[in-house]
Amino acid sequence: MTETPQAGTPKIRIRGLRKAFGAKQVLDGIDLDVAAGTSMVVIGGSGSGKSVLLKCILGLVEPDSGTIEIDGQDLACLDQPARQALRAQIGMLFQNSALFDSLPVWENVAFGLLAQHQVSRAQARTRAAEMLGQVGLGPDVGGLYPAELSGGMQKRVGLARAIAGGGRILLFDEPTTGLDPIMGAIIDGLIADCVRRLGSTALAITHDMASAARIGDRAAMLFGGRLVWQGEAAQLLDSGNPMVDQFTHGRRDGPIQMELRG
Amino acid sequence: MNAIGALGRNVLSLLGSAGAMVLFGLSGVSHLLRPPFYGRLFLRSFIDFAYFSLPVVALTAIFSGMVIALQSYTGFSRYGATSAIANIVLISVVRELAPVLAGLMVAGRVGAAMAAELGTMRVTDQIDALRTLSTDPMKYLVAPRLLAGLLALPLLVLVADVLGVGGGFLIATAKLGFEPHTYITNTVAFLNTADVVLSVVKAAVFGIIVSLMGCYYGYNSRGGAQGVGAATTSAVVSASILILAFDYVLTELFFSR
Ligand SMILES: Nc1ncnc2c1ncn2[C@@H]1O[C@H](COP(=O)(O)OP(=O)(O)O)[C@@H](O)[C@H]1O
Ligand SMILES: [Mg+2]
Repeated sequence: MTETPQAGTPKIRIRGLRKAFGAKQVLDGIDLDVAAGTSMVVIGGSGSGKSVLLKCILGLVEPDSGTIEIDGQDLACLDQPARQALRAQIGMLFQNSALFDSLPVWENVAFGLLAQHQVSRAQARTRAAEMLGQVGLGPDVGGLYPAELSGGMQKRVGLARAIAGGGRILLFDEPTTGLDPIMGAIIDGLIADCVRRLGSTALAITHDMASAARIGDRAAMLFGGRLVWQGEAAQLLDSGNPMVDQFTHGRRDGPIQMELRG
Repeated sequence: MNAIGALGRNVLSLLGSAGAMVLFGLSGVSHLLRPPFYGRLFLRSFIDFAYFSLPVVALTAIFSGMVIALQSYTGFSRYGATSAIANIVLISVVRELAPVLAGLMVAGRVGAAMAAELGTMRVTDQIDALRTLSTDPMKYLVAPRLLAGLLALPLLVLVADVLGVGGGFLIATAKLGFEPHTYITNTVAFLNTADVVLSVVKAAVFGIIVSLMGCYYGYNSRGGAQGVGAATTSAVVSASILILAFDYVLTELFFSR
């Protein structure tokens, strides 16, 4: 058991990950490495299992088989406290932000700090204001409730909440879906800034090509439960892979036939 | 025929989920014994459960006490046993009406709200988000609500006991011509610790049932707004059925000794 990961050990390492819901094989053998300090984007159609992949990493969905390692440690082989400690360094931005609507914005942002480190509420409030500043929101937003915010602001708050835990690993589930293109570009910019500033390892999921190019160093395409292509994010538009080509150029005809029934 | 089929399906699905519900409840209760504790959340649930249900429960209790006085008077005047009315009102309110009606009222008010709130949190990923922020949703969401149900309904039912008997007193003295002093003396004479204990025990059980059904169906809801609606309905229907079933069981246990 290695306590300190050696150089070269990927921050996140996934091997043979499989998950089925009933008869539907959603993930069918995923192998994925994300090197420390890099950003990976996974693209794929709606319902292709992108969110399930993130939920497996977060431990919200129990995989049927396969391993998930963080810092070279297999999550399944650790005891509960160690696993929780590893997962505590993961920040997650959910698809619809998933802010707690019964709590004001600042408590949303400081939630993990309050739950974990036992900081005082006054300290937590100060930290929350700092985090909000990092995503371009004024401290007065802290007193509002999530329902009073626009979708773009909710995404910013969700991002502030995700990085509040230190942001060593950040997961993003379709960060720009549902936003207008300008707001999408702004959120992408914030994400890229945060990842760079914090030196985070990031795994983002999207079906927005512009977003993929802005956030990712490397990219992979999920189709039929497998990663059918991996490469540099810059190559997405001319990857030479017919499936990626069809997806990125939004063509109706090609190797991918959209499933009309789940 | 269709209605009977629907009832049958309800009962069957309730029995089918019984095991899962019991495990869910035990897991929730086990979190009450291990820190961290969320006192603030308990307090919020408790106030919502007890204080904000007070008007509904109070009105229900007063009216049912009034109706019992009236009904037993029309029934018993034929036998000239009208002095028994104080006793009948007392027994039926304290043993049955106050706990059952208060339970059904909070099932509709609090149980439905719990199912809708937790259900919405589930379908908007808020419950998953809790787990990514080092917080166990069973501990954070479910345990405080179970404790609130357990403690709040007995309190409400004690109030309902008093108000129900008061409603009977009102009708007996204002309409049926009873002498207030005699009526009160009769009521106090019939007052019996065992009946009050039964009332409170029933209330505690019904309180747990309401919270458990609200949390269970909300926590496990799926499928967007429609799923939340279905969870709310299931929570109220199954809490109501279970309250009536446990009312019988508890009464049987209490008087078979
Ligand atoms: N908890 C679940 N129970 C049953 N099926 C699920 C569950 N979560 C996801 N699925 C199914 O898995 C498939 C992939 O879902 P998801 O990962 O959310 O897709 P997307 O790529 O759009 O994020 C979908 O068909 C969905 O119905
Ligand atoms: Mg998704």
